[in-house]
Amino acid sequence: MDAIASATPVEHGPSLRQRLAARGFDAVTLLVVPAVIFILLLFVYPFAFGFILSFEPKAGGWLANYQRFFSDSYLYDTIANTLWLAVPTTLVNLLLAVPIAFRVRLMRHQRLLTTILVLPITLGTVLVAEGLLNYLGPQGWFNRTLMTIGLISQPLKLVHNYWGVFASLVITGFPFTFLLTLSYVTGIDPALEQAGATLGANAWQRFRYIYLPLLMPGFAITFCLSFVQAFSVFPSAVLLGEPAGITRVISIAAYQAAFEEYDYSMASAVAMIMGFVQLAIVVAVLAARGLFYRGPATGAKG
Amino acid sequence: MTIALSQFDEVRLDRVSRDFGALNALRDVSLTIRRREFIALLGPSGCGKSTTLNCIAGLLPVTGGAIWLDKNRVDTLRPEERGFGMVFQNYALFPHLNVRQNIGFGLKMRGRSKAEIDRKVDEALSLVRLQGQENKLPGQLSGGQQQRVAIARAIVIEPPLVLMDEPLSNLDAKLRLEMRAEIRRIHNELGATTIYVTHDQDEALSLADRIVVLRDGVVRQVGTPKELYEGPAHLDVADFMGFRNKLKGQVLSSEGSRVVLDVEGTHISGIARERLTAGSKAYVAIRPDDLEVGEQGPNSLAVTVDTIEYRGREFVGTAHTAGGLDVVFRSHEAVEPGSSVHLHADDQRVLVFAEPIQGRS
Repeated sequence: MDAIASATPVEHGPSLRQRLAARGFDAVTLLVVPAVIFILLLFVYPFAFGFILSFEPKAGGWLANYQRFFSDSYLYDTIANTLWLAVPTTLVNLLLAVPIAFRVRLMRHQRLLTTILVLPITLGTVLVAEGLLNYLGPQGWFNRTLMTIGLISQPLKLVHNYWGVFASLVITGFPFTFLLTLSYVTGIDPALEQAGATLGANAWQRFRYIYLPLLMPGFAITFCLSFVQAFSVFPSAVLLGEPAGITRVISIAAYQAAFEEYDYSMASAVAMIMGFVQLAIVVAVLAARGLFYRGPATGAKG
Repeated sequence: MTIALSQFDEVRLDRVSRDFGALNALRDVSLTIRRREFIALLGPSGCGKSTTLNCIAGLLPVTGGAIWLDKNRVDTLRPEERGFGMVFQNYALFPHLNVRQNIGFGLKMRGRSKAEIDRKVDEALSLVRLQGQENKLPGQLSGGQQQRVAIARAIVIEPPLVLMDEPLSNLDAKLRLEMRAEIRRIHNELGATTIYVTHDQDEALSLADRIVVLRDGVVRQVGTPKELYEGPAHLDVADFMGFRNKLKGQVLSSEGSRVVLDVEGTHISGIARERLTAGSKAYVAIRPDDLEVGEQGPNSLAVTVDTIEYRGREFVGTAHTAGGLDVVFRSHEAVEPGSSVHLHADDQRVLVFAEPIQGRS
């Protein structure tokens, strides 16, 4: 470029508008302005406000809230409790979604099945929690059926404990996980699997050596998004779980700080810790994703 | 050479059919492919040539008939049990594996030792002339190189049969000619048996030992390139073999293979390729190369020139008759568009076909 510019003297360079356009800024760029304002007002400002607020405790030094959180087992245990719910349910959802997505990919009435599977998303967590409370309760259909056919003599305790919340997280989280997984699975050129078959790879080998490596980056993203959803569990942990015990999740601690103790500073600190734990997991998963191939999942340039 | 393709005597398709719902993509296709043959399946899109290939590879189950490899029935086997090498139209290289891993994939699935895989892959790399590229990912290769990887990957497993599904259709014209020669060289060097699907008659004519012309899922004609080029058996095969001028007329007389037609009042004589009776409708088929500007006389059509194109050694023109039939011809001199000329065809070069039956025959 320099050589050409010096060889042919140019009286005046490109205008500011041309130079900006060359860097990707033109009139269309202005269309992002509403979104930027929206994010600033509804995300960046509240986040920054909460962040600063968390360092202004009711009493003690600027780190008093954090010191209190990490010295009180009733508070710091919520991290483990939440992880203990969010990680297994996310993994279970992913493990369920993969084989189903592989099957649905080949189906003709894909849309009908997808609609049925997506229904729980539209219902909302509270409705699902209420439904499960009745269905899985001691007098619910589930236990009554099992007792009628004589499989059990005493009703199983499936609600107001860990498993109630677990079931709810699986049911409400699955559709989301499934839809993401399906889009990744169908994004892989079926000719790759056919090529694998003609080269002598059986179904398991084709999954292990062709699909899995190509899907891992997608699975990592799916895991992160599903995990973040599950980590912020609140209604089902209260309604279906044991909110004073094993399912005392971190959002309950934040809620109690804010609306039972009226300590917004402490609540902000809990929220910041919650955000930090999520971030740490997401960063770890995405870093692991870097180990895999991340280019286009088709056989050729097209 | 240690890439030794497993040997057999013949692959036999015995009345193979394939339905997609109500549509018969293939109907009773019977074909015998002998060892070391290069067979081209030729036909327009939708004729069933790729379906045939996918049925042989096992990627599509047949709905009727059987496929035999010598005495073994293979159409009931899964594709991974057949062990036929396949080259896909879009190459279908594994994007996450480098060239070496792509080529070695089939051997790895067979549980071969690392040393053996390395040796065979090296040999395949040199066969397709890709040494020095083995650590690149497919996305870093050009189209022609990707094609070479795809071929190496298919032959390194030493398949009895190599299947190629329009392997050159994604390449530009120059590379296509180069790779065409490469494919034939590799076929000869390995002593492979190849089934090659294409819609390009030049490719089929130049590569194949025998050509199978398919149309609407039915085999129309099987023969050597010379047989097909000189003696197409049906009008649609003739169309594929470059007989671009198809003029409808009425049979005046037919003696043996000599037939005279009335095309818009002009008498044209030629060689009948199908059974014709006097009075019936028939088509005259003439290659543009055989239709030259000449004098008024027997076998000459009076036409008005529409366009004329310079093609280096000669001119190619389009024209129409008084009755509105379009013809393509060649000429040694430029002819003015709009002028009236006579186009002459040697009666040995004119083929006459019966009117095709509408719908599927």
